[in-house]
Amino acid sequence: MSDVLLEVEDLRAYFELDEGTLKAVNGISFTIRKNRTLGIVGESGCGKSVTAQSIMRITPKRNSAISGKIMLHHGSSSVDVLQLDEDGDEMRDLRGREIAMIFQEPMTAFSPVHTIGNQIMEALFVHGEKDRGAARARVVALLEEVGIPAPERRIDEYSFQLSGGMRQRSMIAMAIALNPRLLIADEPTTALDVTIQSQILRLMKRLQRENGMAIMFITHDLGVIASMADDVAVMYLGKIVEYGSARQIFKDPKHPYTRGLLRSIPKFGATEGAHLATIKGTVPVPLDPPDACPFANRCDDYIAGKCDARMPEAVTVAPGHSVNCVLYE
Amino acid sequence: MSDSTLLEVRGLKKYFPIERGLLKRVVGHVRAVDQVSFSIEKGRTLGLVGESGSGKTTLGRCVLRAIDLTAGEILFHHEGRTTDLAQLSRRDMRAFRKHMQMIFQDPYSSLDPRKTVFDIVSEPLRINRIASGKALEERVRTALELVGLDLPYMKRFPHAFSGGQRQRIGIARALSINPQLIVCDEAVSALDVSVQAQILNLLKDLQLEFNLTYLFIAHDLSVVEHVSDEVAVMYVGKLVEQAPTQSLFARPRHPYTEALLSAIPRPDPDQPLPESGGIEGELPDPAHPPSGCYFHPRCAYAEAICREEPPPLLEVAPEHSAACHFAADLELQGIED
Repeated sequence: MSDVLLEVEDLRAYFELDEGTLKAVNGISFTIRKNRTLGIVGESGCGKSVTAQSIMRITPKRNSAISGKIMLHHGSSSVDVLQLDEDGDEMRDLRGREIAMIFQEPMTAFSPVHTIGNQIMEALFVHGEKDRGAARARVVALLEEVGIPAPERRIDEYSFQLSGGMRQRSMIAMAIALNPRLLIADEPTTALDVTIQSQILRLMKRLQRENGMAIMFITHDLGVIASMADDVAVMYLGKIVEYGSARQIFKDPKHPYTRGLLRSIPKFGATEGAHLATIKGTVPVPLDPPDACPFANRCDDYIAGKCDARMPEAVTVAPGHSVNCVLYE
Repeated sequence: MSDSTLLEVRGLKKYFPIERGLLKRVVGHVRAVDQVSFSIEKGRTLGLVGESGSGKTTLGRCVLRAIDLTAGEILFHHEGRTTDLAQLSRRDMRAFRKHMQMIFQDPYSSLDPRKTVFDIVSEPLRINRIASGKALEERVRTALELVGLDLPYMKRFPHAFSGGQRQRIGIARALSINPQLIVCDEAVSALDVSVQAQILNLLKDLQLEFNLTYLFIAHDLSVVEHVSDEVAVMYVGKLVEQAPTQSLFARPRHPYTEALLSAIPRPDPDQPLPESGGIEGELPDPAHPPSGCYFHPRCAYAEAICREEPPPLLEVAPEHSAACHFAADLELQGIED
């Protein structure tokens, strides 16, 4: 299986708070393959962003405990990202060159006191580029690549001079500057209008087609996931509750949470005045969660004594499609 | 205008001056809202969509007179009388405000963190001197019950609540004085999907129960389709299309609406976003809009006339109007189920 790029095994990210232990990520495993997009979908607090931060090793240091394995494969060699010193040279070299990340809010991701061009050039310098002229030419080419008009002019502008869409394009340019093999995109289009969103999504697909990078795409938007992802992991309260191909998840969802989510989004052409299906209650905070199905207290199919007794094992319901729910055990 | 019309907006304009230099010389205007007219019948919902910067929030705030308008009429028909809100003095307007309320996007910043839920929900009642003492408490109780919040929560502060619960508090506050019109400005945009459905259902139930009228401002077209009876599409301060919801989504008449609809990612892997085509470019700077039809630089169907003549908003089918020179000729793509 040489196309496996990243293997995450039993990843846990715990944060000690005054109120208790916040188990943001609570034992998840998945793989990311070359040239493919893994979509991670879930609501706020499900741990999708902390998962991304753990891979990049940019989680807050204080009172946190990250455990498990994050194996990054390169040909025949592999490295466990979690074993590296998060401030060390090895990790720093890995960020950007192997794994790059784009964020939801490009306004805060860019420094307001440096030009866009200088910030992207800095990434090139950190990773060994010596020649300033060559770096500048490369950045102009990158900005053009991501569809920014008049890149020779834009390169000297500041992030606040750009529109939201242009800022997101600039961030993508910075992320792909070193041809990373994995691009982690954390809600990259959530702050954008639907028209600009579709432009950015198309851009990401084109870049993937051209350079074969893998994408880990994190979002709460089921429409975006369906458009982008080959495989989908549905997360809830720090756990992956269902995993499968996009087709399996959207056409044949198994977990009550996945089903509930899909039912609760308004469909075009649905009967006028009809009520939306809802999931009762709200997403709880994973403070000292019991070792049980995290969705139990909101689930319509809840079975007392079973769902709250232990965390359900992953059950394979079809090739490549697994679900953690007692209904299928 | 029919007898049941509650709100009628005519030729509404809101220009913001662009000031330069020490003396704040006015060097131009941003036409945030430009000649907008529409009406909403009692008990119905008008959805207002458009990209950020299109002026939809400014329009909503003008309707409530939260900001002063530059020109136009805002006719409010209530109890057999017609009042032009645009003509009311600030004092008269304050008295009138009990008929209209707003629900905001961000349930985190729209609730005062130093006030209890009781203080927040009772505020409109106290300010408008509608109730006090026992009666006030009763009204707050009723409002909280309506939105499905447990009464013991009354003494708590907003930080103790989740986003969905906060939005319920915001709705309870809006409802407490029995308003006629509620402007919902991106009221569900900040909520999780599963919670968003609960709030949309709640808004619908409340509308049926109290015959409420909503101006529902949102950028999410699937949400707008779900809640609206009619939809108005805004582009750089102007309405470019307005129609009954079903008609607008099935057969849009303005290329901008078609572009918006085609850009929506559908929750179905068999209907991915088209790899090519789609709308290019971004919303123009409203301080320097393009000539002619504002949409022409991004429009796939633009002809010479579009660069020169601004198209008027005209009825092209029953109750369906569009501001496009070719509205009658184009066969535009809507959304198939």
